[in-house]
Amino acid sequence: MEFFRIRRDIPFMRHALVLNVISLVTFLAAVFFLATRGLHLSIEFTGGTVMEVEYQQAADLPKVRSIVEGLNLGEVQVQNFGTSRDVMIRLPVRPGTTGSDLAARVFASLCQAQSGQVQARQYTTPQGESVSRSACAASGNAEPLALKRTEFVGPSVGEELATDGALALGMTVIGIMIYLALRFEWKFSIAGIVANLHDVVIILGFFAFFQWEFSLAVLAAILAVLGYSVNESVVIFDRVRETFRKMRRMSTPEVIDHAITSTISRTVITHGSTQIMVLSMLIFGGATLHYFAVALTIGILFGIYSSIFVAAGIVMWLGVKREDLVKVTAKDHDPDDPNAGAVV
Amino acid sequence: MNRYPWWKYAILAASLVIGLLYTLPNFFGEAPAVQVSSAKATIKVDVAMVERVQKALASAQIQADFVQFDGNSVKARLQDTDTQIKAKDAIAKALNADPADPHYIVALNLLSRSPTWMARIRALPMYLGLDLRGGVHFLMQVDMKSALTKKTESLTGDVRTLLRDKNIRHAGITRSGNSIEVRFRDAATLAAARNLLADQQPDMVWQEQPDGSEPRLVGALKPEATRAVQDQAVKQNITTLHNRVNELGVAEPVIQQQGLDRVVVQLPGVQDTAKAKDIIGRTATLELRMVNESAEAREAFAGGSVPFGSERYVDREGAPIIVYRQVVITGDCLTDAQPGFDSQTQEPKIDLTVDARCGRIMRDVSRENIGKRMAILLFERGKGEVVTAPVIRAELGNRFQISGRMTTVEANDQALLLRAGSLAAPMEIIEEKTIGPSLGAENIDKGFDSVTYGLIAIAVFMCGYYLLFGVFSTLALGLNVLLLIALLSMLQATLTLPGIAAIALTLGMAIDANVLINERVREELRGGASPQIAIQAGYERAWGTILDSNVTTLIAGLALLAFGSGPVRGFAIVHCLGILTSMFSAVVFSRGLVNLWYGRQKRLKSVSIGQVWRPAGEVSSSGATRED
Repeated sequence: MEFFRIRRDIPFMRHALVLNVISLVTFLAAVFFLATRGLHLSIEFTGGTVMEVEYQQAADLPKVRSIVEGLNLGEVQVQNFGTSRDVMIRLPVRPGTTGSDLAARVFASLCQAQSGQVQARQYTTPQGESVSRSACAASGNAEPLALKRTEFVGPSVGEELATDGALALGMTVIGIMIYLALRFEWKFSIAGIVANLHDVVIILGFFAFFQWEFSLAVLAAILAVLGYSVNESVVIFDRVRETFRKMRRMSTPEVIDHAITSTISRTVITHGSTQIMVLSMLIFGGATLHYFAVALTIGILFGIYSSIFVAAGIVMWLGVKREDLVKVTAKDHDPDDPNAGAVV
Repeated sequence: MNRYPWWKYAILAASLVIGLLYTLPNFFGEAPAVQVSSAKATIKVDVAMVERVQKALASAQIQADFVQFDGNSVKARLQDTDTQIKAKDAIAKALNADPADPHYIVALNLLSRSPTWMARIRALPMYLGLDLRGGVHFLMQVDMKSALTKKTESLTGDVRTLLRDKNIRHAGITRSGNSIEVRFRDAATLAAARNLLADQQPDMVWQEQPDGSEPRLVGALKPEATRAVQDQAVKQNITTLHNRVNELGVAEPVIQQQGLDRVVVQLPGVQDTAKAKDIIGRTATLELRMVNESAEAREAFAGGSVPFGSERYVDREGAPIIVYRQVVITGDCLTDAQPGFDSQTQEPKIDLTVDARCGRIMRDVSRENIGKRMAILLFERGKGEVVTAPVIRAELGNRFQISGRMTTVEANDQALLLRAGSLAAPMEIIEEKTIGPSLGAENIDKGFDSVTYGLIAIAVFMCGYYLLFGVFSTLALGLNVLLLIALLSMLQATLTLPGIAAIALTLGMAIDANVLINERVREELRGGASPQIAIQAGYERAWGTILDSNVTTLIAGLALLAFGSGPVRGFAIVHCLGILTSMFSAVVFSRGLVNLWYGRQKRLKSVSIGQVWRPAGEVSSSGATRED
């Protein structure tokens, strides 16, 4: 089996201008949505309380909402989570009260609405772990709803996370730029990083447009994508350098076309494999990993696109010349360098 | 040309064996166990407890797999949950004479079902994070400002006493923020005071501020002293938390310092946050009282009535002691307790430091009571116990020592107890999570499913597309999983859901290296190279690109590791380790397999790497058959 049977170099760069304009429009749209709608930050960043409640029957959302709003806790959000029986309730930070007090109050009133009472239950799991929890007991030993998870984050933690996240992003960008500049040339370094930041902004744009929850896991996914899709650009740049060295007659766009065409098979297969894994996470990973997998999916798809069109395109606009790389290639023939000439 | 020397194969075989060995414990599951730990700060569980537990089990005719001591608790592994509960009752009955006031906590727990020889070579299963096992998580912030204020406050008192003792007249001492301000009437006294303070208060830096008619001396804590105070505050709070959490009977609580001033408390299995917080937030108190040694009090030992104004307590050995109700000083003014050695007798001792106010009381009381005993009592959960009751040998000041009749270990323990009586600085809960046990089990299943199905899909694709080379790549990927899990088990890392996600993602990315190699080998074949040369060149040339791509991924991983906390950190650790193992398995191991298969064949005509298409139009069919 061989998927890619390409007889001639595909003239990617002929369409570079059009595609770059499309890129720019997408990018600007993403920035626009980020600016107008903003990210729907998870409580890890904003601070507050989240609780997940599981009902025996499908939950009556409007009723739950009216009960929670009746407690006057400020702006609360009530939504389904995963299945129709699971309800997620988010409560804002309230000065003076701690998270579990709030959660306990909400749980108690939800329990009362189901004509039950909150009791402490002690039991041993089949594995022999002793567990104690507060359960909502109704008549006939039934448990109409159960508290699955609560989470409370103080406001100061959120701020710190946001700063740390920004720092991590900054360090990654700087680290990768330095690496690319050392390994290639500053033009490649700029092209690579612009292409990948373009991916990051577009992922963020998606999250802003659909108001998906932006959590720490999503941030981790974005940084992983950043590191991952840069190597896509690296592979293409490697080829560009090799082609410059081998084919002295080709013009710059032709060199880039050739480099992209000869690596396209690897690009698609590699990304496909990673995408298989991510899809498996999206399908089987459940609600907790959902947005993590979504961010990765978007990141991988745009990663392919941006390394081919944006990164290579920018290198072309920046006017890369054979002379830029000749110096580098001279160094590359260092007999002590085991990686000399290693390309795909 | 495609041959490895024997030692390379040996390394590959060894890594495979080690990978298998250390991954294995994770699949044995967990067996019910009973855990015995101390219920009181004054009681320590040691190796002797193993025998007591064994005896208790034997007398109840319960067969345990083994009973072992690990650090601060004794665990007995049992066959099933029924015997577990029976064993718990039997042990509790044997150890705790009075159920209302238990000396030991007997709790149900889980132990790995893996054979004992595995535990002996430290092949232990990974520890499951709270999100996979259920429980509560607290992140607590230690109020460093008040720890420093407390320290400065006590130093202010010290300075006041010091100046008075040396008859240096000052015009007032005040504390403002974390600095001490001493005013003087003239420069001469200031100079004298400065010399004295620089000499006697090594923790502070003093600066003169000539301010009009009243020259001032301003002292601030040295940076290293500040750090020491903060460090000690966190350490002391962690010790105190340990003592309190022990009472909850939680199987494996995690209490760790995070960052400079934070403490993470994780209690698996506990769902009741209110109770957990109640216990964590409770304070224990320390009191110093005089021992009543009158004839009436001695009679009370035998069970007679306690004299008026006195109370009966027991010491750590269980012997009764009669002490006066009147409290000499409380633990609030104890600023430090450190174990050490007496320079003259070479006996272990404990150095105690109290603040100036209590120092004065101690001096007055001790002067009048030389030769008598003073008891140090620790009150926990409303019950008091005598930690130690030494005899007063001389007049005491704000620094004094307890020595005699104790070993170094005892001195260490008692110093810890004295310090751990209360929190060094108040703590505030800034993050709190509860995860239900069912959600934890669900998360494990989902994480496991996504890794398995993803892996199967990739394996099917690789084997279909690259045929035998795909099989090699898949085997290499399998080894990668094995090595990654083995490495995480060896490090005893905590596996969380983001960690599982990182395993999945790393595997998806790891296949990249094999795709690069296989594509390159195909390309060499397409260029007309002979199979052996194509294999050689494919691996050699792909290596540079593999290194490049892994370095960029690693940069992002390290940034996450450096700046991430909590779930992100778990993700980053697995991600970084996975990149390292994948370089080994994808390049070295898969090459080893290829060499083993093809390397010996001298006249190799074709390799099974799938169809290699040549643009000229002539279709080569090197893939269909391995060799013909």
